[in-house]
Amino acid sequence: MIWEVFRQERKGQPFVHGGSFHAPDKAFADAYAREFYARRQESVALWIVPREEITEIGEFPDEFDLKYRRVDGYSIKARLKEARERAGTAAP
Amino acid sequence: MDARTQEFLEEVQAGRQVETGDWMPDEYRKRLIKFIEMHGNSELMGVLPERDWILRAPTLQRKLALTAKIQDEVGHCQLIYRVVEDLGKPRAQCLDDLISGKSKFHNVFHYPTKSWGDVGVIAWLVDAAAIISQKALLKCSYAPYARVMKKVCWEESFHILHGRDTVLAMVTGTPAQFELVQEALDRWWPPLMHFHGNPIPAEEDPMFVWRIKSQANEDARQQFLEGYVPQILELGLTIPDPKLRRGDDGVWEYTEPDWDELMAVVTGHGPASQERLDFRRVSRAEVDWVSKVMLPEAA
Repeated sequence: MIWEVFRQERKGQPFVHGGSFHAPDKAFADAYAREFYARRQESVALWIVPREEITEIGEFPDEFDLKYRRVDGYSIKARLKEARERAGTAAP
Repeated sequence: MDARTQEFLEEVQAGRQVETGDWMPDEYRKRLIKFIEMHGNSELMGVLPERDWILRAPTLQRKLALTAKIQDEVGHCQLIYRVVEDLGKPRAQCLDDLISGKSKFHNVFHYPTKSWGDVGVIAWLVDAAAIISQKALLKCSYAPYARVMKKVCWEESFHILHGRDTVLAMVTGTPAQFELVQEALDRWWPPLMHFHGNPIPAEEDPMFVWRIKSQANEDARQQFLEGYVPQILELGLTIPDPKLRRGDDGVWEYTEPDWDELMAVVTGHGPASQERLDFRRVSRAEVDWVSKVMLPEAA
């Protein structure tokens, strides 16, 4: 059985994938995770998850080009310039 | 080369990092497996010369540090074999191919250790040479391996310091202790010069072409010489190569290493190759029952 390890380096930081190992059950997985990923206090917390419990989702098509939901969907440079000129606040 | 492979090659050359589930050309997968497997083998075989010294370490503190280093390296082996497994080659197969001589391990682990001086020189200089290669692997185009290398490099830095401290204790000791370090350096210098491989140009090295490695062999060797020759000489030690000198252009010159010896050693004809493999065969048979109990799906 393969277990995936996610480790947190400091309190408040996100858990980051660290690697994986074989272990027959939860008790051994707990012991191995401590030995492999935390015996020098290099982690403050670990998440260990059986690999088959992880669902990966990796394809995110944007068929309708929904750019209006993102910051790169807006180009305000020209409009801002015009607005400043009208207001008389444009840099000389 | 088909269009898809060509596109993949251009992407990795432009800095793309590949994940386990991504499509990859067969050649890339094969080269990755061979290279990473050899690294895993070397971590596992590398503990054998050190294991010989656990009982003979001069102080309790050295014994504990050596044991910790050995635990690190076996841990690296398990992490690295996991990367190989996810590429398609099971761990049991890696261990079988190692003991049958089908796969290789690093040249420096084919030599015997004669004194505690060897242990210091190995931990300091062999690990220093290794960390130069390993740091270059942090940029490997195969991301799961690069991630594992982060942890490996972090632990190796403790090994180098432990080695350097061991050497310093001896060179500041009795003349006999100093002599043990000098003799060990004399023995280990040729394998150290072999360590980074023959000076094949990067663009002709398939490992570089696929961006599995990010530097040429000779660049790694130059980096080793630039970093460590001054550290060796400042201790009053003599490097057994009369031609060794730093050119005005900053490039180190040295006696051409015997590349035939390197080839013979890594194909299992080194002075300690068979003894180490025999030991690994015996341990594999002895602990077989453990894996049957612990990993029932593997049995």
